[in-house]
Amino acid sequence: MTTQGGVQYSKIAEIKGPLVIVDGVDNAAFDELVEIETTEGEKRLGKVLEVGNGKAVVQVFEGTTGLSVSGTNAKFVGKVMEMPVSEQVLGRVFDGLGRAKDGLPEPVATSFLDINGAPMNPEQREYPKDFIQTGVSVIDGMLTLVRGQKLPIFSGSGMSHNILAAQIARQAAIVGTKDEFAVVFAAIGVQYSEAEYFKRSLEESGALKRSVLFLNLADDPAIERIITPRVALTVAEYLAYDLGMHVLVILTDMTNYAEALREISAAREEVPGRKGYPGYLYTDLSTIYERAGRLKGRKGSVTQMPILTMPSDDITHPIPDLTGYITEGQLVLGRDLFRQGVYPPINILMSLSRIMKDGIGEGSTRADHQEISNQNYDAYSRAQEVRALAGIVGKAGLTPIDLNYMNFGDEFEKKFLSQAVDEDRTIEETLGLQWSAISKLPKNELTKVKDKYVEQYYKE
Amino acid sequence: MVAQGKIVWISGPAVRADGMADAKMYETVSVGEAKLIGEVIRLTGDVAFIQVYESTSGLKPGEPVVGTGNPLSVFLGPGIIGQIYDGIQRPLKDLAAKSGSFIGRGITTTPVDMTKEYHFSPTVKVGDEVEAGNIIGIVPESSLIEHKILVPPDHKGGKITKIISEGDYNLDTEIATVEKDGQSSPLMMWHKWPVRQPRPYLKRYDPTVPLLTGQRVIDTFFPLAKGGTGSIPGAFGTGKTVTLHQIAKWADSQVVVYIGCGERGNEMTEVLVEFPELKDPRTGKPLMDRTVLVANTSNMPVAAREASIYTGVTIAEYYRDMGYDVVLVADSTSRWAEALREMSGRLEEMPAEEGYPSYLASRLAEFYERAGRVQAKGSPERDGSVSLVGAVSPSGGDFTEPVTTHTMRFIKTFWALDAKLAYSRHYPSINWMNSYSGYLADISKWWSENISKDWLDIRSQTYGILQREDTLKEIVQLLGPEALPDEEKLILEVARMIKIGILQQNSFDDVDTYCSPEKQFKLMKLQVDFYNQGQQALKDGASLADIRSMDVISLLLKARMDVKDDEMNKLDKLSTDMIEQFKSITGVKVQN
Repeated sequence: MTTQGGVQYSKIAEIKGPLVIVDGVDNAAFDELVEIETTEGEKRLGKVLEVGNGKAVVQVFEGTTGLSVSGTNAKFVGKVMEMPVSEQVLGRVFDGLGRAKDGLPEPVATSFLDINGAPMNPEQREYPKDFIQTGVSVIDGMLTLVRGQKLPIFSGSGMSHNILAAQIARQAAIVGTKDEFAVVFAAIGVQYSEAEYFKRSLEESGALKRSVLFLNLADDPAIERIITPRVALTVAEYLAYDLGMHVLVILTDMTNYAEALREISAAREEVPGRKGYPGYLYTDLSTIYERAGRLKGRKGSVTQMPILTMPSDDITHPIPDLTGYITEGQLVLGRDLFRQGVYPPINILMSLSRIMKDGIGEGSTRADHQEISNQNYDAYSRAQEVRALAGIVGKAGLTPIDLNYMNFGDEFEKKFLSQAVDEDRTIEETLGLQWSAISKLPKNELTKVKDKYVEQYYKE
Repeated sequence: MVAQGKIVWISGPAVRADGMADAKMYETVSVGEAKLIGEVIRLTGDVAFIQVYESTSGLKPGEPVVGTGNPLSVFLGPGIIGQIYDGIQRPLKDLAAKSGSFIGRGITTTPVDMTKEYHFSPTVKVGDEVEAGNIIGIVPESSLIEHKILVPPDHKGGKITKIISEGDYNLDTEIATVEKDGQSSPLMMWHKWPVRQPRPYLKRYDPTVPLLTGQRVIDTFFPLAKGGTGSIPGAFGTGKTVTLHQIAKWADSQVVVYIGCGERGNEMTEVLVEFPELKDPRTGKPLMDRTVLVANTSNMPVAAREASIYTGVTIAEYYRDMGYDVVLVADSTSRWAEALREMSGRLEEMPAEEGYPSYLASRLAEFYERAGRVQAKGSPERDGSVSLVGAVSPSGGDFTEPVTTHTMRFIKTFWALDAKLAYSRHYPSINWMNSYSGYLADISKWWSENISKDWLDIRSQTYGILQREDTLKEIVQLLGPEALPDEEKLILEVARMIKIGILQQNSFDDVDTYCSPEKQFKLMKLQVDFYNQGQQALKDGASLADIRSMDVISLLLKARMDVKDDEMNKLDKLSTDMIEQFKSITGVKVQN
């Protein structure tokens, strides 16, 4: 962080929750960076949320514990918060505000970028259409990830989202030329062990030197979490658009982010929206998620994989709900599958990749990809209905065709959906497994696939 | 005298300025040294409350605020078609030219290129009397749109004392002079109109003509009329945007205004990439030649999102006044309502339900009332329409939330998207039990005159089968399908066929993406015939297994993708084959 210049003010009128209200302010700007200095000389950072009539409301990232009305100085730095960037950030570990945390000196910056970024001009976006092979069958086959997409994982507490995200980061990194690939990982209020697992996983695959880590752990200041995804994305945008890399950004856990936002909103006594979250939660989240994408005339891309744990596994909770309205699909982990020991426990019926259609098909994966995927969705949904029915009337009450669907469902979950944590499947293998599963059904049930593909791929 | 004040307070998009005694409500103002664009939304003494359409980051108290004297207005003239604008009609291409890939601040542009020359042909001559709304000339705007040059609706009219001859002129050219009561005023090829004020018309008609979209579940089951209002609510992932894109692509209107209001940036990019490539099914011309885009994506400033709806609908009304049928698609009105909520919160207004302002309902009503099929003002006599389709994004997919419930009061067609259908990849996931259309009776005349006099009857029979299935499903869930007699099992079977063969429609299939009215009717008729002949066959001793094993079933299910709009004879053949196959399983002659 740069802190040259600025005006000193000392009169603090009020401290409440994460906020400090500074009096006698006549030259502060909205959004401006503030340095708070305690009597002991400790420095904390904050930013202006509201300014006018001689007062400024300042949000303190590291919390207000230990601050006093009399002994605290607030310095208005004269600029918005910026992140220093250069190629040297690769392989480094930073804290949640973007300060070096690995014991090494701060990287030498070639430029300083506003961490809030700026909205991408929709006219300047390049429509995402390059397939990313993650090596995970259910994703590549039915929920395809595309460069520049934002595809979150909706998980619940204790489920295997981090293992899955780490597998994707490792395997996606291998395809194509490694030089162009980078991973930006932002831990937002997660436990030390989770962050460590991710770091180790990148280390073992040799991807760590092409990664940048931002760690705000569970015991780090909560308000800092407002900044963590923003500094991470600022670095990602720099790597993508200035250095031409394909960047995969993993943000975990966005639920903690939203809670930090709620804390500030409550301290400001704002009128709440649903469940006490501020009415602008959607807009605020969009300023993070919409930073994924590609730009015309530039080489790189920012692909986002935010992870969030749904409180009580409730997908209608405001955090997953508003996220789903912004992101281009969602991977939903299912508690039932997880309990059965299925990995990855992705509930395909609730999951979706919105821009899959543009990244697959002839010339990229295979011509039958969309149709076989649609057919598998259709069949799996029918299989679930049949299973529910069998639970009531017993297998004896089912028609022969219903039984075919049950067989399909089993084959689908055991052979196609399930895979090992270190298993990297090619797209050909994935599509082959889809056809194997669907071939448990008689041919005339395949209403979503063209006859020519049935002839070519159906397994008698 | 324009207002000149100073900023006293800033919080996000909301700014208070004092010294603004001369400001008017809804006047646009320039805010700060960076000259950000704002709009006055409350006046208390000499303090103006301003919503700022650009990011206020870095703005300081004490910076100047200067009024413009004008309310927020849009530019209406040739050059609008094919553009992509932000919420306050700044062309995104120009913004990119001035500030690069990311949107900068304080940039001023003109909505169209004023230096471009258009070929103007006058339709009036010197000495003619004109009044507000009259057409005085014609300009070809795109391969699909002939732009009518109008006397502005608030003009007092008069005698033409000067009109330029046919030729190429840029938009700065005075094309005519009108004189009334000794005062003369110049006319241009364009005028401006305040966005919050509906454009006037002569009279309003009942909507009796269907707006055909080529989407079976819409046109056949829950139709929209030209000049009507429709709403499409749905949780995320239910296919709202795809359905809206389908309407924008295939609706039989001459102009489409598509507003991306607080939605994803890539969705607007998709339209920009796709529409120039797609051909209008009726004219063969690129769809972009009839489309205007207004894009204020979710991460763009929230106040401009509020304005984008009005900018879009005013442009739509303008083309209506030329005598065109216009469809306006707003995705999503919920994000617009959230923008209202955010500003209301910053104004510290007393909130109503879920923090939304108490005037949410009246704002929604005002918006949807701008739809209609009308006779435009002025001569020559002409009719045009604005049909409004608004997406709603109910939080948690809950249709009892304020935006959905209030919207339902002001619209007549309701397409309820269903997450369960979407999860089973039944697209479009419009739930046929929860959706409705108030236009069915009004537009059935059109179908009976243009497609078949049996249309309403066949539609009712088809819908009847779906309703029966809905009741039977509950029994099946308790007892299993084997508990039902064969006649009822056949209902389940045919309902399944209707779902796959008619209600489902694949937007990404070259053939299925658009379905002509004739094909829609024939597909439906085939299913009804299959049902009736099936019931007869059961009576004549055929078994359900016999019926289920008929080849014709899979052909019926795939006909939507296999049979092109100009191959209706294939459907007739299917009908004959069906009769033959029923004959063969019963050995009895079946009545068609």
